[in-house]
Amino acid sequence: MTKTNTTGTTEASDTMIKFDGVTKIYSDQTVAIEDISFEVERGTTTVFVGPSGCGKTTTMTLVNRMQDPTEGTVYYDGADIQELDKVDLRRDIGYVIQEIGLFDHMTVGENIATVPELKGWDQSRIDDRVDELLELMDLEPGTYRDQYPNALSGGQQQRIGVARALAADPDVLLMDEPFGALDPLTREELQDEFLEIQERIDTTILFVTHDINEALKMGDKIAIFDVGELVQYGSPREILHNPATDFVKDFIGDDKTLKELQITPVRDIMSESVPTAEQPTASAVTETGEDSTAALADGTGDQYVTPTDTVDIALSRMIETDTQSLPVVKDDDVVGTITESSIRAHQSNGGV
Amino acid sequence: MGLIDALLAAYAYLVANFDEFLGLLAEHLALVLVSVTLAIMIAIPMGVLATRNERAKSIVMSFGNVSQTIPTLAIIALVFPILGLGFLPALVGLFAYALLPILTNTVAGLENVDESTVEAARGMGMTENQILRQIQLPLAVPVIFAGIRTSAVLNVGTAYLAFFIGGGGLGVWVISGISLFNTPQLLAGAIPGALLAIGLDSLFGFIEGRLSGESMPEQSPAAG
Repeated sequence: MTKTNTTGTTEASDTMIKFDGVTKIYSDQTVAIEDISFEVERGTTTVFVGPSGCGKTTTMTLVNRMQDPTEGTVYYDGADIQELDKVDLRRDIGYVIQEIGLFDHMTVGENIATVPELKGWDQSRIDDRVDELLELMDLEPGTYRDQYPNALSGGQQQRIGVARALAADPDVLLMDEPFGALDPLTREELQDEFLEIQERIDTTILFVTHDINEALKMGDKIAIFDVGELVQYGSPREILHNPATDFVKDFIGDDKTLKELQITPVRDIMSESVPTAEQPTASAVTETGEDSTAALADGTGDQYVTPTDTVDIALSRMIETDTQSLPVVKDDDVVGTITESSIRAHQSNGGV
Repeated sequence: MGLIDALLAAYAYLVANFDEFLGLLAEHLALVLVSVTLAIMIAIPMGVLATRNERAKSIVMSFGNVSQTIPTLAIIALVFPILGLGFLPALVGLFAYALLPILTNTVAGLENVDESTVEAARGMGMTENQILRQIQLPLAVPVIFAGIRTSAVLNVGTAYLAFFIGGGGLGVWVISGISLFNTPQLLAGAIPGALLAIGLDSLFGFIEGRLSGESMPEQSPAAG
């Protein structure tokens, strides 16, 4: 297999988690995973994706020793996890599950405080941390801290679930289909929120899902599982460009180019053709650029994109408005231009 | 004799024999409270043990079931050849009878705690003991207390039979009232028992409320 070496993560960081020839056979002789090896870099998000029963969840639960491997070794920060204390290890690893599993007899604040309490933090430090996390999750601490989980919506409950997992600043965060039980709208909302949070924390994240779109959206790296086997491990781009097997090809689906546009931010393709891009005043742009932001004020607001929008949105707006280029606007300033031809050129170059 | 007359006569009997009544009531209450307290102390740990080990569970549950299938009167009678007459044998009989509801409810309460809640707790690094004390038992409190209340109410009734083996209690008035066709005496023994049952049920309900605090909000679960 030839791999194009185009990983999205560029920092040369060390290995946080390493699987070395790991096999897990359950007591009823079911082979969950067989001879799996891969490494996860510190601070990255790796998504395990595959159909039901492919062993992705098992692989994840080997990391916090909810399961122990039958053969092979799992390394956590360089140490064989079999030699680490199970309870201490779990307190250093955040854990979010699809069923959320909030403690209904405790308030939201008490739920979030679980691991800090177990670790014996000072009460004042715990209180500060709880409020900080509620704010991070966009839940007003005064309103939500003393509520009971049953009073909250599914989306709010899973926000608490994520906050609880992040409470003690874990080095590693395990998320087992965290948004799987939510309705599509709430799911997307939480995905976007979590992507933002992810930028702010330097936690190594393992994320399990059966949804390839979610995997492409959330992951720096994606591990695709077929029944008990790790069939491909690479960046979303690598996987879209060089599916290792027919299984991967099928799993991605026929719209792989569109999927790729969905994960490519505009800033990767736009040309910074506006010389005044660095200047903070919109008037300067109006004077010099033909891609004036004045149009924004006239109600034709859809005729621009932001650098963090994805290319599929840019393309969609071009088709909508029957143009071949759009201004790229950031904080009311035009910072560049994206054209249909540049998108085509980018794709035919193999998305590099 | 109408109902009102009967009640008035029973009240008159009660007032006339008030000292004796207090003695019988104290005996009755002691039988119930001591037997239920002992049953709580034994049945809850047994229930915890049962949920931890399948074999222990089958042994514990069949033991509890057997003690419940024996008719109320027979359990009193069964103790008598072994322990003789008096307060203690009656207490033992009532204790055996109070075990099962508490035991089954402890097992059910612990097993009904959502598996995902326990998994989340374990995944966060709680030890098995912490999971039991901080998660499973608090969440099982309402179910366990339902068992305790059942036992207490059941035993208020069963304790009337203690009279047959000389255990005392309000059964003294009720059963001799039946034998002697002394309706006022019968009612003066029976009605306070009914009130006692209601009172104990409320008392345990109050304790349950204090134990679980406001931790069980009235809202039904919003998400599964």
